[in-house]
Parts: sequence; structure tokens; C-alpha cells
Amino acid sequence: MELETAVQMKDITKRFGDVAANNKVNLDLRRGEILSLLGENGSGKTTLMNMLAGIYYPDEGQIFVNGEEVSIRSPKDAYDLGIGMIHQHFKLVDVFTAAENIVLGLEEKGKLDRRAIAAKVKEISDRYGFDIDPNQKVYDMTVSQKQTVEIVKVLYRGADILILDEPTAVLTPQETDKLFAVMRNMKADGKALVIITHKLHEVMDVSDRVAVLRKGEYIGDVATKDTNPQKLTDMMVGRAVTLNIDRPKAEHLTERIEVQHLTVKDKDGINRLTDVSFTAMGGEILGIAGISGSGQKQLLEAIAGLQSAEDGSHILYKDESGAEHELLGKNPLDIARLGVILSFVPEDRLGMGLVGDMDLTDNMLLRSYLTGRGVFADRRGPRKLAATVVDELEVVTPSIATPVRKLSGGNVQKVLVGREIAMNPTVLMSAYAVRGLDINTSYTIYNLMTEQKMKGVAVIYVGEDLDVLLELCDRILVLCGGQVSGIVDGRSATKDQIGLMMTQLQSKEEQA
Amino acid sequence: MSVNEREHKEPLIRISKRTGISAPKAWGIRAAALLLALIVAGLVIFAIVKLSPVKVYITMFKGALGSPRRIWVTVRDTMMMLCVAIGLAPAFKMRFWNIGAEGQVLVGGIATAFCMIHFAALPSPLLFLIMIVASIAAGGIWGIIPGIFKARWGTNETLFTLMMNYVAIQLTSYSVARWENPPGSNSVGIINQTTKAGWFPAVFGQDYMLNVLIVMTLTVLMFVYLKYSKQGYEISVVGDSENTARYAGISVKKVYIRTMALSGAICGIAGFLTVSGASHTISTATAGGRGFTAIIVAWLAKFNTFVMILISFLLIFLEKGAVEIASQYNLNEYASSIITGIILFFILGSEFFINYKVNFRHTHS
Repeated sequence: MELETAVQMKDITKRFGDVAANNKVNLDLRRGEILSLLGENGSGKTTLMNMLAGIYYPDEGQIFVNGEEVSIRSPKDAYDLGIGMIHQHFKLVDVFTAAENIVLGLEEKGKLDRRAIAAKVKEISDRYGFDIDPNQKVYDMTVSQKQTVEIVKVLYRGADILILDEPTAVLTPQETDKLFAVMRNMKADGKALVIITHKLHEVMDVSDRVAVLRKGEYIGDVATKDTNPQKLTDMMVGRAVTLNIDRPKAEHLTERIEVQHLTVKDKDGINRLTDVSFTAMGGEILGIAGISGSGQKQLLEAIAGLQSAEDGSHILYKDESGAEHELLGKNPLDIARLGVILSFVPEDRLGMGLVGDMDLTDNMLLRSYLTGRGVFADRRGPRKLAATVVDELEVVTPSIATPVRKLSGGNVQKVLVGREIAMNPTVLMSAYAVRGLDINTSYTIYNLMTEQKMKGVAVIYVGEDLDVLLELCDRILVLCGGQVSGIVDGRSATKDQIGLMMTQLQSKEEQA
Repeated sequence: MSVNEREHKEPLIRISKRTGISAPKAWGIRAAALLLALIVAGLVIFAIVKLSPVKVYITMFKGALGSPRRIWVTVRDTMMMLCVAIGLAPAFKMRFWNIGAEGQVLVGGIATAFCMIHFAALPSPLLFLIMIVASIAAGGIWGIIPGIFKARWGTNETLFTLMMNYVAIQLTSYSVARWENPPGSNSVGIINQTTKAGWFPAVFGQDYMLNVLIVMTLTVLMFVYLKYSKQGYEISVVGDSENTARYAGISVKKVYIRTMALSGAICGIAGFLTVSGASHTISTATAGGRGFTAIIVAWLAKFNTFVMILISFLLIFLEKGAVEIASQYNLNEYASSIITGIILFFILGSEFFINYKVNFRHTHS
């Protein structure tokens, strides 16, 4: 059956300064089809879709919607044409309810008829299988519920062409399945869908067709059933790439960090971590799994000296001679002064690990600025390091004098990881190190982690992709609501087992 | 369908962010803005008062730089403004909205006047030392108080520093009342008019040369401090993200307090320069609004102290020129403020064109 073309993009070019984010890209969206848009970081996927959504305006080229040439000058134009985009970062008002957010910005005459709105929201939800309470406030919602509001908002405005930009990046596997079910329902209803994702198994799972971009150029499209992850990766990267994670066993394991009865309360007095105990070993990668917000952030920050804990909590660092040092109650500088080299790749890259307005050199300086002689900071070392990191990790940047804010997400992450590894740490912690990164960069990061492990570093890897955790980690600690629900062997555990542990505290009950 | 009503044209004007701009081009845009400002201001002058704009501009120029005496007054005031802006630079670079320079200048001035009045008998070098230390301490204290409150209790620095201005103004009124000379004049008068104790000596035969030397030294030191020192680096990190600063082990509280002490201290020196090096008196008008105007200087220069020289000069030039045309053509001060306003508007507006590019609808194929 021939599918009806909803959108045709023809020879679309968009430049930012001298850089062509899209160069003569051609793309068709068809009704009743889910299209995966695939490409490495910075390949121009989001830019291309933003032009459909009215955020950017193309420099050259034409866009046809339903066969007619159109000009999309603003998101409102896009809505008029039935195009709706669900962005990576939600744009919702926290103190409003779902329904209020959904109608926000609609210029409808007359009184706000909440009942009619709720009825229409319910009708949409029922049709596609959304789970949504129109009267729930956004601040009470999980990430997945917020995303649902965003999607319903777009449908409410009558969109029949939907673009989802990395919708699964923040979802649990169960939530992802739910989202995909909804997407299939929308497809069956004749809507044209585009999904941007870096997770190839999701591409294989949900899409009908895959279009690939590489460095702003359109490479081609294939039917999903005719391809496989390996072929897609090769198309995306432009050369053959191995998609295997090596998991060698380190010869010596040494106890490095012992966390004992760690309890952390937030400023409202709510427990974010409760009685967490475990040991991280040098020479292994300890994975940390859990639904996002289960206390991963507090755990890493407590070890890094950025989070205070309740009495009775201990974090002990064991150095080469076997001496133990308490890390709790010390700030990052105190910890460094103990001779503990602790690298930390935090979740919020530009908000915590790096300074967005500073260039690469000055960001390298962040970890070493105190070593300069006298009152002056010494930038020679950092400048060299910046050049090395750019070189070895293939960071795409105009120069090392470019503010990191201007780099794409993957390159920002490389800068951060590069700096942290260059410290020659004994402990390396990373939170969602590959979030938003393309497959090629992700594997680079996995390999770096393994390399560090083989050097005897204690690697703590907080991840969200269970497949990767199971392939990469030697042991996996599962958090559930701030408590340890168990520690499993990475080589023998299964995805289902971990998924279950993430949602219920089972090991405790078993032990009891 | 509404689609049909839509014209298939791209929008007439689109605005896009520039990824970078070469320095000559940026300065070209600024120069064009200045030229445009002069043309528009000229039209306005002609429309309102029917005067030849060229004549008015010449008068302005003469007002600011028409004689050696005027040149030196312009230079003196430029240095004052520059000194305050240098003081504000570290605070604003840290994204600490120090609106309190006015008060910091005043307390620096009070401290200086106090020393001049009470220690007039001391030998000159000793008196100067005491004056400098006292003005630095006074300004520093005025700066450190909001710094401590922000660091400890997260108070809003904008309101806090603003309120400190009013306290400083009241303190000045009180001091003026105490030091009234002659009694009943409600002013301090010229301090040590006969002995000239505590007055800046002439250097190279110029009364204000010492002001220039001191402020130029501060300009260089602050440039180096912000750009190359460890503390300057800490200020930049804290200004961008407190979390990143904590992550790097920087004590955010310490940086707030230390930087505000420094910021206040330099503003205190500006007060010292005004009282000891220029007016030789103290009144509630001693700071003269420079504490606020200097904020514009610091931001426009993006905390580059050398660029601040230029901007301070431009603002003072406009101020002097405006006063001159007001008196020459019997206009009131507001007419000249209009001209200053137009010129500032264009200069500030030019930053938009430096950061963004305006694309008109393609004419080429």
C-alpha cells in the first residue's frame, strides 16, 4: 500500500555562521508511518525538525505540506499546518494543571470551559491510550506524565504530524513501552510520526523507516525491516564500527570506597537516601541502576564532598597503604588534599561539571587552577590538555578558545570526561555519562570507562540503559526510592530481574 | 484552508544569532551606531530648537575639550567614573548586582574628609597613608556587609546594596552637620583651604595628574587580577555557576565576601580621589550618581578595564558637552539630556547588532 506523503522537505539548507547544520537535505514524512531520524550528535537532526516546527527558518529549500508549498515562520504557523513537536526539554507551567497547560496559549474566544477541555482531553487520551488526569498539577507529575501532557497538548491543537525529539532519554523501560504503544495507536490513526532517538533497539522496535543524517548531509533512508543496528551505525558514522563492549576482568581488586549506612535528607527533611551501604572496588565498574530520582545524584555527590549526610553515615576511602579516610564532611578540596584523586562526571554537565561561558582551556583549568605559582593561575598545562583532549577524543570545536556552551552535547561531554580522566583518578564516578550522546560517542565513553577499570580505578557508573549496564558493569547496585534493593553480578543478572528490583524493594524482604 | 491564505514567502526580516564576529567588524558597527546617533540627535536638535546641529556639536566638543582647563576637568571626572567602574567590575563579573557603589564612594569620601579635618597637622605622607587606608576600609566595610549577608543567608544583594546607599547618604548628612564650616552654611566648605593639608599635590605641574596615575594603575591591576589571577578565575566560575564552583572546591561564600570587600574598597578609593584629589569637600552629592552610571560602563566594557577607559570618557564627554550647550544656547538641562540619551541608546543598541544578525528576505535566487 502506498502511504500518503504528509510533508516533503526539499533541498533544505540551514547555516549557523559558517557551519552548515543542514546541507540540501531531502526528507519525506508519510501518514501512518513512524520514521526514525538517526544521526550522530551534531548531525543536524534537531535543527531539521526545528524548521518544521517553526523554530528556525531554512536558509534555502522548500517545504511542502500536503503537496502545497508552505512557509513556516513560527510555531503557530506549524500548528496551523498540523505540525507539532515535543521537545527534549518540556515547556510546562509547574503550578498549572495538565488541562490548563494544554490550553495555554490557545486563543479561543469566550470563557474558559474547564469541563469541555477536560472532556476533550479525555477523548484524546482514550483514543490513543494515554494515562492522564487533566486536573493533576504539573509539579506533582513524573517525567513520563509531563511528557504525556506535552503530547496531548500537541494533539489537542489538532496536530497530525508529530515530531518527538529524544522522548525516551528520560523514561524507564516500562514508560518507554507505554509511549511506543501510544505511538503505534497514533500511527494506526493515520498520523505521521517522527522520532529522534539514539537508542538503536528502540529504532528497530518502533519505527517503520529510518532516515540517516551525517554531518548535516542526508545519507538516505531504509525500511526498518531491511536493516539492523550494525548497518544503521555504519550508515550513521560512515565507516564500520564495532558495537561490542569488552568486559575484561581486572587481575586485582582492591577495596577503594566503603559506604556505610549513608542516609541523606533533602532540605524538606525527606530521606533521599536511606541506610545505603556498599563497597566500590578498584578494578571494577560498579553500575548503579534505578529509576531516575532514586537517590543516584545524592549518592555520587555525597562521595564527591558536595552533599552532607545524617549522623551515623560514613564514606571511607581506603588508600594504597590500607589507611582509611573519612570523606563525609569534607569539601572537594579537602578530599583532594588527602591525596584522593576523585573524578566526577556529574549529570548536569554545564551546570556543575563545566563553566559554559569559558573556553576549553579555562574549563581544563577548573581542576588545577590552584596549582599555579603565587597568585596567578597557570594556563599552560590546561591549554596543552585541552589540545590533547580535542585530539584524542575527536572533539568537534572551532578551537580550544571556543566557549563550551557553543559545543554540541556530545562534545561537551567529551570535554568533561576527558578532563576528569586526565586527572589519573583512583575513583571515577559518572552520572548518565552517555545521555543524549550518539552511539559512536557512547562506545568511546564505555571504552574509556573500561580502560580506567583495567588501570585499577574504581569506576562507579550511574546509567539508565539496562542493556548497557548489563554489558559494561561487573556488579550492579540497584536503587529503589533511596534504598539499596540489591547488588547483582553484571555477568549473570537479567534485565527483568533488575527492572523488578528498580520498582520494588525485594531483597530486603527476602533477607528478612 | 488557512494554508492558502498564507503567502509562500519567507518572512521579511529574520533575526539569527551570530556565532562570532571579528573585532574590526564589531567596532565598525559601534562606530556606525555613533555616527547614526549623531545624525538622529542632529535632526532632533534641529526639529526642536532650530539650531544647526553642527554648531551644537562643536559647542559640545568645546565644552568638554575646549581649553586645557576643561580637558583636565574632563580627564579628572573620567578617572572618577573609571575608578568606580573598576570597583564594580569584579562584583558584576561574579553576577553580584552591586548597586551600592554610590554609598561605597560616599563612605570612602567621608573617611577621607574625616582624616583631612582631624589629622591635618600630621606630616603629609603619613596623612595620605591614613586617608588611603581609611577610605579603603570604609568602602570595604560597605561592600562586605551585603557580601556577608548574601553568603550567609542568601539575601538579595540588589536591594541590600541599594539600601546601603541611603544609609551612606544619611551618614554623609550627619557628617556635614558636624563639620559644618562656616557654621550655618549647611556645608563643609573647602577643607583645609589655607593649609591644603591632605590635598593631592600637583604632579608634573598638573593638579589632577595623581588621579590619573592612581586610576591607571588600578586599571592595569584589575585587568590582570580578573584575567590571570586565581582569584579572578574563581570569580568567573562563581559568576557562571555556583554549583560548578562548589564542584571545583571553590568556597562560594568566601569568594562572595572577598570580592565584595574588594569591590567596595576600590569604590572607597574613588571617594578618596573625589574628596582629596578633586573637590576637597564632602556633601551628599559627592558621588553624583557615578555609582549608577558606572554600572553601564562596567557592563558595556564586558569587564575589560581598558575598554572602560573609552566608555567612561565618552560618557563624561557627553555630560560636559551637554552642560555647555545648555548654558550656551539657554536651553535647559533636559534638552541636552535628550542628546545624551539618543547617543547612549544607539551605542547600547549596537550591541544587539553585534550579537545578532538581521537577515532580510533574499533578493538573490
